[in-house]
Amino acid sequence: MRINARIRIGLALLGVLILSASAGPLVVGDPFVFKTIARLKPPSSQNWFGTDNFGRDVLARVVLGGRTSLWVGFCVAMTSGILGLSIGVVAGYYRRVDAIVMRFMDGLMAIPSILLAIALVSLTGASMLTVILAITIPEVPRVVRLVRSVVLTTRDLAYVDAAVTSGTRGFTLLWRHILPSALPPLIVQATYVAGAAILIEAALGFLGIGTPPSIPTWGNMIGTSQRYFTVAPWIIMFPGIALAVAVLAVNVLGDGLRDGLDPRLSRHV
Amino acid sequence: MVLVALIVFLLLHLSPGDPAAVIAGETASAEEVEGIRVRLGLDRPLVEQFGRWLLQVAQGNLGVSIFSNLPVTQLVLQRVEPTLSLALVTLVPAALIAVGIGVAAAARAGRAVDHGLMILVMLALSSPVFVTGYALVLLFAIQLQWFPVQGYSPLSAGLGPFIKYLILPGITLGLGYVALIARVTRASMLEVLAQDYIRTARSKGLGRQEILLLHALKNAAVPVATIIGIGVAMLISGVVVTESLFNIPGMGRLVVEAIARRDYPVIQGVTLIFSAVYVLVNLMVDLSYLALDPRVRY
Repeated sequence: MRINARIRIGLALLGVLILSASAGPLVVGDPFVFKTIARLKPPSSQNWFGTDNFGRDVLARVVLGGRTSLWVGFCVAMTSGILGLSIGVVAGYYRRVDAIVMRFMDGLMAIPSILLAIALVSLTGASMLTVILAITIPEVPRVVRLVRSVVLTTRDLAYVDAAVTSGTRGFTLLWRHILPSALPPLIVQATYVAGAAILIEAALGFLGIGTPPSIPTWGNMIGTSQRYFTVAPWIIMFPGIALAVAVLAVNVLGDGLRDGLDPRLSRHV
Repeated sequence: MVLVALIVFLLLHLSPGDPAAVIAGETASAEEVEGIRVRLGLDRPLVEQFGRWLLQVAQGNLGVSIFSNLPVTQLVLQRVEPTLSLALVTLVPAALIAVGIGVAAAARAGRAVDHGLMILVMLALSSPVFVTGYALVLLFAIQLQWFPVQGYSPLSAGLGPFIKYLILPGITLGLGYVALIARVTRASMLEVLAQDYIRTARSKGLGRQEILLLHALKNAAVPVATIIGIGVAMLISGVVVTESLFNIPGMGRLVVEAIARRDYPVIQGVTLIFSAVYVLVNLMVDLSYLALDPRVRY
């Protein structure tokens, strides 16, 4: 793989975010301490990002909020990657399953993902797990289609035929000969899925139906501070910037990986 | 569409949470809850519930809201104008601007203008709708006071205020969409510009503009049309958030309100309508291939 500038930039930004989210909360103070005298204070040397409507330090909350966003992004990318890969390989290889599975996937894809996620979360009750599942389900069909298309083109290639004639069958054939060609586009897709997941998680938080407000996330910080926007814009802008940087990092990494893993892919977005 | 209907229905009904209990309220007795369940037909088997619902939908009846007892179609009709206006005000200019940006970037591929445009596009693609929305409100509505902060003014109250209220939400909603289309337009143009017939056109002595617009863009149009259609999903998601942010009484707000009240018929109805719009738009895109590419036949 060619390591290009975009992979470096993406990884560097992501590294900083992961570091601050994992080690940061130990350094920046307690995000849950209420200081009623210090409500809605603008950024200062004491509170770099200012304080919110309960007098809580916004920097500490932004840093802690990063944990949820990054974790959700990672989990959704992994789960939808694994589910999409398994379903896609089976659908692409076994023609009989293909028609049924793909019709179902088409149906699922026709529902805009955020509506599906909103409906799922609100009806099952908000917890980290339901949020992750609700974001994963609408993403799966996209991965399935990608994997299936790679499998469909690969299964008729000469080297696969050669493997079949030399007696390779079933699972081994899929695992050893077909799967490897599906991996590079899958990794790229998973990166974009992570970016989308971070955005949807934040949107759910913003609408007040995501992760419960007891855990600070970038989305629910913005959602719950809406009323104070005119007097204290920093409560909203700092988590907002953090969110944009995180998504940017993931997307830039995705672009870099796309070019680096397979130069041929770069032309077909 | 029947499949979409089935999925929407199953997801909502298989998820835990009892609407009958929610409507009855926390103080209701078990008998009262049971009474409501029977009245709404929620005690019947799932298959029967689905069959009845599908039959109703086919007749254009989306059911009755559990919360307000009004027909869902009526609730939707009350809310359809703001959403439709916002979507159209956003979609058409956004698509035109995006194609322009994509062509401009591809024409100067690898140079500073291209890099600059693509960095902007990446930023727009990565910024959540509600973050750009608040930034715009802060700048243009609060600091400069050019536009109202929130709200909606119906078309019947005059064209001036109607547009004034829609500009900020429109930009908020459109940014990501523009970025998405611009990226694909650029990539598709680059691919076409590398073809032999472009070199032929150039050697014939045709002008730059002529080559870009007549020869290249025409051949790059199919992926662009595809992404304009697929991007509508992004617009629909954006509408839900933008309407909440700008306090616009449209269908997006309706579904968010309905979810808070577990109003199944409304959630089902609106989700189904949004999905139908999405499917329909993409069907139109598929048909547009006929005009864009004479090789396509159905």
